[in-house]
Amino acid sequence: MLISMNWISDFTDLRGVNLRELINRFTLSVAEVEEIYEKGKDIKDVVVGKLVEIKDHPNSKKLHLVKVDIGSEVVDCVCGAPNVFVGAVVPFAKLGGMVGGIEIKEALIAGEPSKGMCCSEKELGISDDGSGLMLLEDIYPLGTDIKEFMQLEDTIFEVDNKSLTNRPDLWGHYGIAREIAALNKRPLKPLEVADTSIYKELPQIDLKVENSGKIFCYSCLSIGSITKKKSPVNMRIRLTYCGMRPINLLADLTNYLMLEMGQPMHAFDNDKVSAIRVRTLAEPAKFLTLDGVLRDVDTDTLMICDDKEPVAIAGIMGGELSEITEQTESVLLESANFDAASTRRSAVRLGLRTEASARYEKTLDPELTVPAIERFLKLLKDTDPGVKVTSSLTDCYVKRYDTINISFDKAYVDRYTGIDISSDSIEETLTALGFKVSRNKDEFTVIVPSWRATKDVTIKADIIEEITRVYGYDNFSLNSTMNLLTPVRQNIDRENEYNIKKLLSGRYCMNEVHSYIWYETRLNKELGIITEPNVRIINSLTAENDTIRSTIIPSLLGFVYKNADTEPDMGMFEIGRVADGLKEDGLCNERKRLGMVLASKIMSEEETYYKLKEIVEQLVFSVKNIYPSFYEREDIKSYNYVHPVNSAGISLQNVPVGYFAVLNPRIRNRLDKKLNVVFAEIDLMELEKVAAKEAAYREVSKYPGISVDLSLLTDKQLRYDALAGYISEFKCDYLQEFYPVDVFEDEKLPAGKKSVTLRFEFVSMDRTLESSEISAMVDELLALLKSKGIELR
Amino acid sequence: MREKIETLFTEIERLTANSLEEVEAIRIKYLSKKGIIATLMDEFRHVPADRKREVGMKMNALKQAATERLQQLKEQFAQNGTAQAGNDLSRTAYPVALGTRHPLSIVREEICDIFKRLGFTIAEGPEVEDDWHVFSSLNFADDHPARDMQDTFYLENGQLLKTHTSAAQNTIMRKYGPPKPGHALKALFPGRCFRNENIDASHENTFFQLEGMMIGENISISNLIYFMKVLLTEVFEREVKVRLRPGFFPFVEPGFELDINCVICGGEGCPTCKHSGWLELLPCGMIHPNVLSMGGIDPEKYTGFAFGLGLTRLAMMKYNIRDIRLFNSGNLKQLKQFTR
Repeated sequence: MLISMNWISDFTDLRGVNLRELINRFTLSVAEVEEIYEKGKDIKDVVVGKLVEIKDHPNSKKLHLVKVDIGSEVVDCVCGAPNVFVGAVVPFAKLGGMVGGIEIKEALIAGEPSKGMCCSEKELGISDDGSGLMLLEDIYPLGTDIKEFMQLEDTIFEVDNKSLTNRPDLWGHYGIAREIAALNKRPLKPLEVADTSIYKELPQIDLKVENSGKIFCYSCLSIGSITKKKSPVNMRIRLTYCGMRPINLLADLTNYLMLEMGQPMHAFDNDKVSAIRVRTLAEPAKFLTLDGVLRDVDTDTLMICDDKEPVAIAGIMGGELSEITEQTESVLLESANFDAASTRRSAVRLGLRTEASARYEKTLDPELTVPAIERFLKLLKDTDPGVKVTSSLTDCYVKRYDTINISFDKAYVDRYTGIDISSDSIEETLTALGFKVSRNKDEFTVIVPSWRATKDVTIKADIIEEITRVYGYDNFSLNSTMNLLTPVRQNIDRENEYNIKKLLSGRYCMNEVHSYIWYETRLNKELGIITEPNVRIINSLTAENDTIRSTIIPSLLGFVYKNADTEPDMGMFEIGRVADGLKEDGLCNERKRLGMVLASKIMSEEETYYKLKEIVEQLVFSVKNIYPSFYEREDIKSYNYVHPVNSAGISLQNVPVGYFAVLNPRIRNRLDKKLNVVFAEIDLMELEKVAAKEAAYREVSKYPGISVDLSLLTDKQLRYDALAGYISEFKCDYLQEFYPVDVFEDEKLPAGKKSVTLRFEFVSMDRTLESSEISAMVDELLALLKSKGIELR
Repeated sequence: MREKIETLFTEIERLTANSLEEVEAIRIKYLSKKGIIATLMDEFRHVPADRKREVGMKMNALKQAATERLQQLKEQFAQNGTAQAGNDLSRTAYPVALGTRHPLSIVREEICDIFKRLGFTIAEGPEVEDDWHVFSSLNFADDHPARDMQDTFYLENGQLLKTHTSAAQNTIMRKYGPPKPGHALKALFPGRCFRNENIDASHENTFFQLEGMMIGENISISNLIYFMKVLLTEVFEREVKVRLRPGFFPFVEPGFELDINCVICGGEGCPTCKHSGWLELLPCGMIHPNVLSMGGIDPEKYTGFAFGLGLTRLAMMKYNIRDIRLFNSGNLKQLKQFTR
């Protein structure tokens, strides 16, 4: 919103104030100022001149040679405007002067000398009217600088609208002036208004509010005998400077009032609208708004109608047929207060957000409607003293806001602010902002002014804001808190997430990626990845990406695909959320999952597979100090991207935590035939169900140990964990550990067998073992294995 | 004689050789039977008796130094199988692959570490939330525009994707609060948020935020500003100037927008800060009494502050990333650059 300092100075004295500093203060105490514009500095030495002689230009049909009397002299000038006539009083830019930042120099125009320039309103920046010369009233001495009676010089600042959303009172200059007066500690002048009580005896306007849900109050007044068509120049300058286009006196006045008081107003042509019905439509209908667009209006949108048909969309825009025109002499003036939420929703449905609706959305003060009419009347009478009010002020107050009283004491303010703001200062600030303050030493009770009471200020904490922002946050002394210290135990799952990222990137050289929480359906289709149906977003931006993912793997495979051309050997991981379907209560079963993928053109598929298995094993061990186990897992085989054979479930102490698999060859072929892709997914929330083990320290024997390698012949299908299970049945105090050192299959071996060489470490804590003892133990072990069908090779 | 010895000391110290042959030449010149030092020994007998001791010691030292220097010169050629003098350290013959964390993970952990040092609990909330946590418990009015479909992703089961990390406030208050007398609840909760908007170089529908709060019996605006300054000084690793402006958010009262001195121009004014010298960095404020009540904390007894920080934006500032789409691109050429 653009704010004019000249306009502000109508309401509070700005003499001697550094405007730049004031605007900076405004940013820090009220709302952010985005830009400051210095207006009128680009206009210099433009004076009142009278055309005293006009001749045709010898070389041009459009141009004229005019003589302009500027008091001290008569100047020759070439002028191209169509509306020249002898006696016209116009703004004249003298030689050496400036218009629009361009210096006026003596020039030959089509061969004739010109020693100045007659100006249009557009050239002076007053309006966008460039059709002809601006005509001035013949009341000023010739040669008077126009800046003496035109407020061309002004400081305009632009306030960020977003920072005003919660301040309905700041959508007009008067509200801004109140803030500035409080910041400057200078008084705010009352608004000058016309008294409408003197028209009490005149007839009321036929006004009925038929739908009271969407409106607080509706005030209106009829005024006739309006003869003036053009608004005063300074009003037009202000409108232009504040971003509105001057049109005619009545339209300008409604806009001026809106910019001044923040109250949107609408002027109906009284000949076309004589009665007001505020209601919604029984049936959806088309309505022609004054911007010439035929719009569909539904039955939820509040309309202003006369006794027959709609004449305006309430709070948004008037209709074309009831609009004031150049001929209008009599108006029905509306000043109403419509419900914020319903106006906003209507504007959204219509796709039509206007200056008026933007203001109503902020929850305006209903107490403004009558003063706005009275102010309008005062300004209209100032310009056109002959107007006649033809109705009494007609007013329908449907709903009222409660008066808000707030009590608090200085101790509350001290505690909330952490600094000492004096009671006098508190009282001064609140009074300046329009609060009615009753004070008993350090105890306060305040009445919130109506313009702050619609939603903005309701509780004690709101009062703190008023006090502190005017006090100035820059003036706060800064203090640390004085709380007792408590050691904080961090959440282990978050710490583990952190550790896992460091391990995977630091130790296993993988790269962390982030992907979206929804499936990229198109990419999945391209790769032939079929995902399970899952909970969907109902208002997704791209219809195809509306399914929340139930696993991270397809996202990672997509990334493998995107990088396949440039990365021959990649390892990626993501820790992210998925929704694994819905829980019984209908809410998403949100899980935190770790997805990992290795994709290599350098390693073989088998190497890649075992590498990832190793990573999974080490990773789990690193955070839990427990090795995971791998098992045949059927459910994962239903994913069409999982290899039919090469996949395994991962469990930790019998808690299933995830799986890993080779990419299904069909999808691999679509992705890149040469790429060997293996992936794993671990549910970190499941992983956290298993408590980590402490590292167990064991005394190291002072005596030498003996290691014995045994090559065993086992069934090909026998898994290592089964073999290890058999050996663990062997109870022996001296067998410290055993581990595989070699596994091979060979045709020389008996059919269906493989060779597994294990190393057994024997040691005693208190002596050196005799070789005879060792052989006895080995024999015992072999006997046990034999009972399981395992022979020494 | 003494001067001669001194000169030789300097000379020996500066000796260099490019090959073993040169080393041998040096040995012959200085340390052979007819070398400079041996010759010097011959002259020794002419030294007056009373100075013999002093000069003798010096000469021994010189011989020692020459031998030592020669040994050093030899060693540089003694490396296994390397004929060249010295290794080329600017060469990367055997690159060791490096893994990387996501830039947002790096920035997130950096900030979490700062807060851990200040005694904050790091917490996390879900990404799929409900209306109560995202809006109602944060004092959003029923008709607040933020609930509109154009801002929030709604799911078909009635849940929604959280639009801000503040969604965790209520849960955290209920889990950790109210604080014991004299203590304060201090929590930091990073998270991924979602907004229903079109993606371009500066807009993402998926981004990270980080929210912090502190609740106690006497937590004040003065404390809030103090903590923000401490935090930002740590984050940017230098003293930062901050300013607070009123800002409106339903869950704080008063609410602020906190600006910092532009990190690009230092406050002089530049295109990044739109010539104002200030960058809008984080929204913060005193937790609204209604929000405390809904979190089971008595607003008459406790006060607190909360603040939010756009992690994605901070990462963009830190690494000078111009296109926000990098973060979810999975583009390894880009992501591999974030080595710390």
